[in-house]
Amino acid sequence: MTASTTIPTSTFRPSARTVKESVPVREALTQITTLAWRALIKMRRNPEQLVDVTFMPVLFTVMFGLMFGGAVSGSTAHYLPTLIPGIIAMTTITACVAAGIQLREDMDKGVFDRFRSLPIARIAPLAGPMLADLARYAIAAGITLGVGVVMGYRPGGGVLGVLAGVVLAVITGWSIAWIFLWIGTKARSAGAVQGLSMMLMFPLAFLSNAFVPVDTLPGWLQAVTRVNPISHVVSALRDLMNDGVVTAQVGWALLGCATVAAIFIPLAVRSYSRQV
Amino acid sequence: MTATNLTQLGRSNGVSPSATSAVEARGLTKTFGKNLAVDNIDLTVMEGEIFGVLGPNGAGKTTMLNMLATLLSIDGGEARIFGYDVRSQGHAVRQLIGVTGQFASVDENLTGRENLWMFGRLQGLPSKKAHGIADELLAKFDLTEAANRPISQFSGGMRRRLDLAASLITRPALIFLDEPTTGLDPRNRSQMWDTIRDLVAEGSTILLTTQYLDEADALAGRIAVIDHGRKVAEGTPAQLKTRIGTSSLRIQMADAADTAAAVALAADLTGDAPVVSPTGSGFSVRLSNANQAADALIALRNHGLDITNTTVEQPSLDDVFFALTGHASETPGPESEASTS
Repeated sequence: MTASTTIPTSTFRPSARTVKESVPVREALTQITTLAWRALIKMRRNPEQLVDVTFMPVLFTVMFGLMFGGAVSGSTAHYLPTLIPGIIAMTTITACVAAGIQLREDMDKGVFDRFRSLPIARIAPLAGPMLADLARYAIAAGITLGVGVVMGYRPGGGVLGVLAGVVLAVITGWSIAWIFLWIGTKARSAGAVQGLSMMLMFPLAFLSNAFVPVDTLPGWLQAVTRVNPISHVVSALRDLMNDGVVTAQVGWALLGCATVAAIFIPLAVRSYSRQV
Repeated sequence: MTATNLTQLGRSNGVSPSATSAVEARGLTKTFGKNLAVDNIDLTVMEGEIFGVLGPNGAGKTTMLNMLATLLSIDGGEARIFGYDVRSQGHAVRQLIGVTGQFASVDENLTGRENLWMFGRLQGLPSKKAHGIADELLAKFDLTEAANRPISQFSGGMRRRLDLAASLITRPALIFLDEPTTGLDPRNRSQMWDTIRDLVAEGSTILLTTQYLDEADALAGRIAVIDHGRKVAEGTPAQLKTRIGTSSLRIQMADAADTAAAVALAADLTGDAPVVSPTGSGFSVRLSNANQAADALIALRNHGLDITNTTVEQPSLDDVFFALTGHASETPGPESEASTS
């Protein structure tokens, strides 16, 4: 057959040559950054969604610092090196809850049906917002630190120690958020996600060493706090920010985050792309 | 896996992509709990045609479309889009189709232009080209002026147009339109019809669902009538109409006492048994040809029987269903089987 005998066909005629079997990695990355862009625009146009990473950290830092400072450490100033890393961990986990709620809300809207009908990587609609959420965790950690410094917190770890702490907080937020994302794909409504997430969030944040010295707790509770990955994150944050040292706790914290991500990323993606 | 030609995959299964059929479904079935939403439907849509799926709310139209569009799993039977198996080659199918759902599937948080740019980027267009195509489509769908407004300020018709524009970015070979004009005012409706005809003129294949007989009649080359998840009829609009019969004449009498005499005259002229209205002051009679309407009216006049109102009515969807299934279409209510969780 020669080219000159080719019969002109419709411009729309599907060409098998253009059909790909899977999404190349480079295209998947473009899809993820595009959907992260969408999430950032959404954040900018709905600033009330940032309340949990702006006012909440301020409220908790001031409230806990003034209320528990004297009881736990003798004074607010002495309590701050214990409290600030704890609040950073807590507000980061709180910020994660929103990831699940927003995913559920998005999935209930028509635009997610379109995402599902497009030939895009199945992980992109989840990973895009997760990428944008890194900004939320950084804001939460930054504001907590700022309020702490105003109240008299002087991190002994210096600028590098503090920066390392913020990075660890962001990594923690990103990893833990996959749990809530998975809940978001499973639950029937945004309200249900909220309820289920709170049930998970409070034990994670409070059954830890975030706010009180563990040795004041009953023995069985001490055991619980030790297996809670958030305890290791809080210890690692204290080591980095207060002492400027990279300890084994940092390693445990990162290992905990990696484990959570390794379990819940596949669960969330599978649950999201499951057809009914 | 690397990006390879799926044609070979198809061949290795012993089926080669067909050159002429866009949709090939056999025994398509979907159940939700005990509810058989789609019941053993066969469907063949040829390349380049507009195929209409006609049925009342809840008949299973949306469910069937969602299965073909890889949005719902197929419980029974099989479906191929341009030869690609919908069940096992979903990613290939998604590259060949555009889906415009019943509810606008665009992002409320973005402007019209941002929406189109985003969908272009997601489908692999470079940023600049995505902007270019977005502007082209905005112009084509008469949305240029509103391009930078948030979607929340769009009217229903504008949303539908943007939604359809978003489905056309990659110029898909097959376009699914789920009730494209439900809820639109007459002007927007005829604009949408023109757009759909343009798409086919440019070479697309369209599978659309509708509740309106006149819409299926105006647009589709072939129609399948769906009721309670089953296909009850299929054919060209002309073929279906002959099965349904033609229009009917409805007459309102000035004096209810004249009704009996008028009914007798009408029965004589048309050979059909007129149906008297519940109030007894009017009746309707089926016509085997349009001239009978004039004959009947002249006869009434000649007999001094005054009327207050008369209309000639096209067969409605209810008539279609009555003729094809022996029961009236049960409506209304949203097509709830479309929402899944």
